[in-house]
Amino acid sequence: MAKNVAEMLPGETAIIAGFTDEQIGLKLLELGLLPGTAIRFNFTAPFGDPICVSVSDVDLSLRINEASTISVIN
Amino acid sequence: MENGRIRIALTGKPNAGKSSLFNHLTGLNQKIGNFPGVTVDKRMGSCQLDINTQAEIIDLPGIYSLYPRTLDEKIVTEIFSDQKSELYPDKVVLIADATNLKNCMLLLTQLIDLRIPTVVALNMMDLAAKSGLSIDVKRFSSLLDVPVVMINARKGHGIYELKRLLAEPLSASKKSVFQIEDEIKPVIAIIKNHFNLATDYEAYHFLQQTDNLVFLSHEQRAFIKAVAKEHQFFPHKYQGAETVMRYGFIQELLNKAIVKPSHRDWKRVSHGIDRVLTHKVGGYIIFFGVLFLIFQAIFAWAQIPMDFIDSSFARLSNVLSRELPEGPFFELISQGIVPGIGGIVIFIPQIAILFACIALLEESGYMARVVFLMDKAMRKFGLNGKSVVPLMSGWACAIPAIMATRTIDNWKERLITIFVTPFMSCSARLPVFTILVALIIPNVKLFGFFNYQGLVLMGLYLLGFLAAIFSAWAMKFIIKTTERSFLMMELPTYRMPRWSNVGYTIVEKTKTFVFEAGRVILAISIILWVLASYGPVDEMNDAKRVVRAESSALQLSEAEIENRVAAYKLEHSYAGKLGKGIEPLIRPLGFDWKIGIALVTSFAAREVFVGTIATIYSIGSTEDQPTIKQRLRSEINPETGGPRYTPAVGMSLLIFYTFAMQCMSTLAIVKRETKGWKWPLIQLAYMTGLAYLSAFIVYQVMS
Repeated sequence: MAKNVAEMLPGETAIIAGFTDEQIGLKLLELGLLPGTAIRFNFTAPFGDPICVSVSDVDLSLRINEASTISVIN
Repeated sequence: MENGRIRIALTGKPNAGKSSLFNHLTGLNQKIGNFPGVTVDKRMGSCQLDINTQAEIIDLPGIYSLYPRTLDEKIVTEIFSDQKSELYPDKVVLIADATNLKNCMLLLTQLIDLRIPTVVALNMMDLAAKSGLSIDVKRFSSLLDVPVVMINARKGHGIYELKRLLAEPLSASKKSVFQIEDEIKPVIAIIKNHFNLATDYEAYHFLQQTDNLVFLSHEQRAFIKAVAKEHQFFPHKYQGAETVMRYGFIQELLNKAIVKPSHRDWKRVSHGIDRVLTHKVGGYIIFFGVLFLIFQAIFAWAQIPMDFIDSSFARLSNVLSRELPEGPFFELISQGIVPGIGGIVIFIPQIAILFACIALLEESGYMARVVFLMDKAMRKFGLNGKSVVPLMSGWACAIPAIMATRTIDNWKERLITIFVTPFMSCSARLPVFTILVALIIPNVKLFGFFNYQGLVLMGLYLLGFLAAIFSAWAMKFIIKTTERSFLMMELPTYRMPRWSNVGYTIVEKTKTFVFEAGRVILAISIILWVLASYGPVDEMNDAKRVVRAESSALQLSEAEIENRVAAYKLEHSYAGKLGKGIEPLIRPLGFDWKIGIALVTSFAAREVFVGTIATIYSIGSTEDQPTIKQRLRSEINPETGGPRYTPAVGMSLLIFYTFAMQCMSTLAIVKRETKGWKWPLIQLAYMTGLAYLSAFIVYQVMS
């Protein structure tokens, strides 16, 4: 079943399937979040937002509403 | 190229080590200006590449690609897509983080398509080695048709090789990475011919981001848009495909050039630190601990050099007054200009220390975590995690703080940050706070431990912060925007800070303060000095006679008479008349015309309050704080017969100084950053209105 990055659990890894928001998607692509790449959910900030993810050895911080536009499969 | 000097631009993604490299190449031969037409800092410097070649180095803001997100990033796109620009570089050095090559290469492939002669400086080779990464650099270089130099920008390794390479002729790569789709080739050709462009990719950018390229005239943009519409070219349609195609090329290239990938756990230490520093409870405790330390540094440690500067300038002014011949011109020098400059220099220690702290946090990678920790809370108030740095800088001086808002990409959040930053109690408020708090708050300890005076002082800082936060919250509902806000940023690996980079930041920020704020402060302090020294001629000429007549009965020393003459002159000067003029307005706050004069003169810089008060109460010198305190304490309010500085008046003044916008330099910077008078005027009205109202309430309730 398709889900998005915001629904992942700390420590979980999945493969990026696509983006549901064009504008955010373009920016994420430039940071190297390409469909087919593995994404790891590292940890969340104390209030659950933003979150820290790793994509090809880079740690990124994303807000929940940004993370929820990334659909993943695992 | 002009007179044998070549222009070299440094570019690369944020945190790739651009500043370190720039500092190594240019040393202290740096100057900071502004890019023409926009308010983005332009760091330039010169570098001797070899005996014959001198280069002008431009440090460009960090970017991932030519599609900009922030104001800073737009500059880079503009420079690279305008060959006629006076800043168009002859050569480009792309700094790539070897441990994170993939991310760095998107921009590189775009530069290749623009046919800009580029050298890759492969940085962080030490970390790459640590991570077990092994790159076939020769292969990497030949696959891209771009020369590559391995460097360690922190230690300065490889700089010599880089310089030598840059001194030699360099041609652009002949590779073509991005294949423009057939369906848009006709429209590209039209633009390319019309503007006489060198590459298809340049024409493509003219079409993709017409509005971001400010060098295009109105007609030119209209032309591009018309052509795009006619050929059904939709800017966003191709950007995603372009990025994916570029990354495809990059991945293929890296597969060939990387001999051994990095092992997974080289970041283990950094991740371990993150577990502590972003911990639910511990993370905040550490952050507030760091804030406390910074405070301590600003207030306790900066005091020593500040006292020294204060007394040096006072002495210089005294010596000049004594030694220079009489006359208005020399008085202007000794009493107007010298103290004016002193009023600027005195803030340098606090500003230098605060920016040293901020630079340390940024260099180590901790600042990104602060943004991460604070983002959600800040967003509730219409701000952004990135607003933390400007707000913190506001404790030293609002001017560099407001300039630091340029990293916030969302206009609304940036505007709110600019608007509320001056509420943060800057160092100019401190001398006013110190003297008034000492005057009205008894020097006793609560539970034998907490000093009441210290607590009140802390409370005032807190009050300023709360005013900032709640004003931001209110503005969140007032300002409407359709622009979306993003966070998306890299959390860099923790590293030991480079001390030399910290040093360069201190120099840069201090220079900014001295030249941006300094000239306004100096100009206004001279104007105010004139207003405070001159008045209607007969009244001023009468000063000595009147004072002598008044005080003939009192057995006064020559110096005491001098001080009284000074007070009489100030009272009858234009500034004095202004103070008296506003008396009816400030009476409800508990202020008389003497305080009125101090409020008027505070417009140059708030701490002038202390000096004005000293003159008006005929104290003569501001060095002697206990004397000022005693004199203020004994001042009688003729209407009540009691002391003038009651706790109610003191508190009212404190609150007024906490909130009021009394800084012309800040207004000037806000005008520049928001490109108009609208926001600085709203800010002036709002802050001063809030100050007036709060001081009014405090005074009426307390008295």
